[in-house]
Amino acid sequence: MFWKSTYNELVKIAAKPRSYIGMAAITVLVGVILFAMKVDGRSYIAFITASFEQTLSFGGNLLNGNLMAFLVLQTLIIQVPLLIALVTGDLISGEAASGTLRMLATKPVSRTKILLSKFTAGNAYTLIFLVWLGVLAIGLGRLLFGEGDLMILKSDGLYILQNNDVMWRFLCSFFIAYLALVTVATLSITLSCFTDNSIGPIVTTMAIILLFTIIGTLDVPVFDNIRPFLFTTHMASWRSFFYDPVPWNEITNSAVILFIHIIALLGIALYKFNRKDILS
Amino acid sequence: MSGKIIEVRHLAKKFNRTVAVEDVSFDVYAGDVFGFLGPNGAGKSTTIRAMLSLITPDAGEILLFGLPLPTNRGAILSRIGCIVEKPDFYNYLSAEKNLEVFARISGSAVSKKKISETIEFVGLKGREKDKVGHYSHGMKQRLGIAQTLLHDPDLIILDEPNTGLDPQGSIDIRNLLLQLKNEKNKTILLSSHILTEIELIANRMVIIAKGKSIVQGNVAELLNEQDLIVSFEVDDPEKAIRVLMKHLPAEAIGKIENKILQLNIGYPLIPQVNQWLIENEVKVFGIDTKRKLEDYFLKLVNS
Repeated sequence: MFWKSTYNELVKIAAKPRSYIGMAAITVLVGVILFAMKVDGRSYIAFITASFEQTLSFGGNLLNGNLMAFLVLQTLIIQVPLLIALVTGDLISGEAASGTLRMLATKPVSRTKILLSKFTAGNAYTLIFLVWLGVLAIGLGRLLFGEGDLMILKSDGLYILQNNDVMWRFLCSFFIAYLALVTVATLSITLSCFTDNSIGPIVTTMAIILLFTIIGTLDVPVFDNIRPFLFTTHMASWRSFFYDPVPWNEITNSAVILFIHIIALLGIALYKFNRKDILS
Repeated sequence: MSGKIIEVRHLAKKFNRTVAVEDVSFDVYAGDVFGFLGPNGAGKSTTIRAMLSLITPDAGEILLFGLPLPTNRGAILSRIGCIVEKPDFYNYLSAEKNLEVFARISGSAVSKKKISETIEFVGLKGREKDKVGHYSHGMKQRLGIAQTLLHDPDLIILDEPNTGLDPQGSIDIRNLLLQLKNEKNKTILLSSHILTEIELIANRMVIIAKGKSIVQGNVAELLNEQDLIVSFEVDDPEKAIRVLMKHLPAEAIGKIENKILQLNIGYPLIPQVNQWLIENEVKVFGIDTKRKLEDYFLKLVNS
């Protein structure tokens, strides 16, 4: 019954126009970024390399597909959670608002299975979304700009990663980014169990991400103890794969914290959903 | 009469401080078309939601097919088809796809052929590929009934199935239900605040008001066949009254309106009264009977 229910959820996500808003938005945004870099990318590279020109000599194709993919991911990773929450925040509350949750809950499938089906389908959507983003960022980037070494400017200096050393880093960074987005999806599904309108969980998810991000970036000692445990602190961990050497301990720590968030939020969602009076 | 399909005992449910159901008890037997009658806000939908485990009761006991809820929720719900308040569907899917979605989790294997047959049974053949968002309210009601029948349930629960329907739609739904009872031998629980709907279709009923069940039993017995308003259309009502005063008590004689004389008499007395009038040369043009159901219902609800 769980797999049948999950298949149902995938059918619904695939048929809902809302599911394609995020995909369309991300396609347009990546297109805009790549277009801008195609037109004005040389001056961008000049700006990055300007402070190193006295000590370093740059050669080869710096404005390449790898750099485009990195820039796209860095730019869009803030917007992607909103687009994910747009679909996952609607999974329970949207059905409650439209009355179909009542229809579902009168079928002989347990509420735990209903919720886990929605969770699984939501995560599948998140995966497809991220793969689409990856295909656009890496595939389209390489198609338009070709291949080359990846040059990354960080606060502690300039990193240059060889072309043949980049793809595995992208794949690993997608994995940790996926974990972060699943955390956001689970948060929105959990909030979705507490209300019967679909806008509330989406807005609340974004409010929580904003609040935690602000707390995470405020350089105030009072937040020092909680900052490492906020999921938003670890949402940008995907970038660590582009350090050399890769800080595996930090990445593992981030993955564990994100995973704990997912389990805890799912537990809250199951507790609430199983006790919810369906009145819509 | 066969075994009990539904047993509800002293059901109670509050929402915050509002008492939705205080003490509801009734039994439904196999093969019944059971009327669940009560005014708006009486607690009908809350009771039905508790029976379908949509809400958790504060007190009381519910047994369906002899099994207690919520322990046997899955086994129970696999034998029930229902519409609670109104049928809601995924507007962005076609009627057929909607039925496929609900069939998949109905607890039984439902073939495409069965879905097609059910669509035909409820009169939606030819419109099954249309998106439900384009359906009228009446069509959604029909699709709702199709959804309840997909897995061939033993018990069908319909909460106010005529709400929002035009008269023809109400007749169609009533005929569908009678077909279900007569041809498929289903047990049906039908909730309504429309008295005549229950009278026309149900064999047993319970009346609830203010969260309490007031009375339950056989519809014919509850409505008391002695308690009729019989209208005689005659040429001379005054003369008719003089004739009937010799045979009937004064309280049996009702009012006169446009040559129509109303009598409060029992069903068996109608031919006799007709005969008395004809023997005394009072011409009778028509006889109409009306049960005092509404009075009975209001009397119970207000008591």
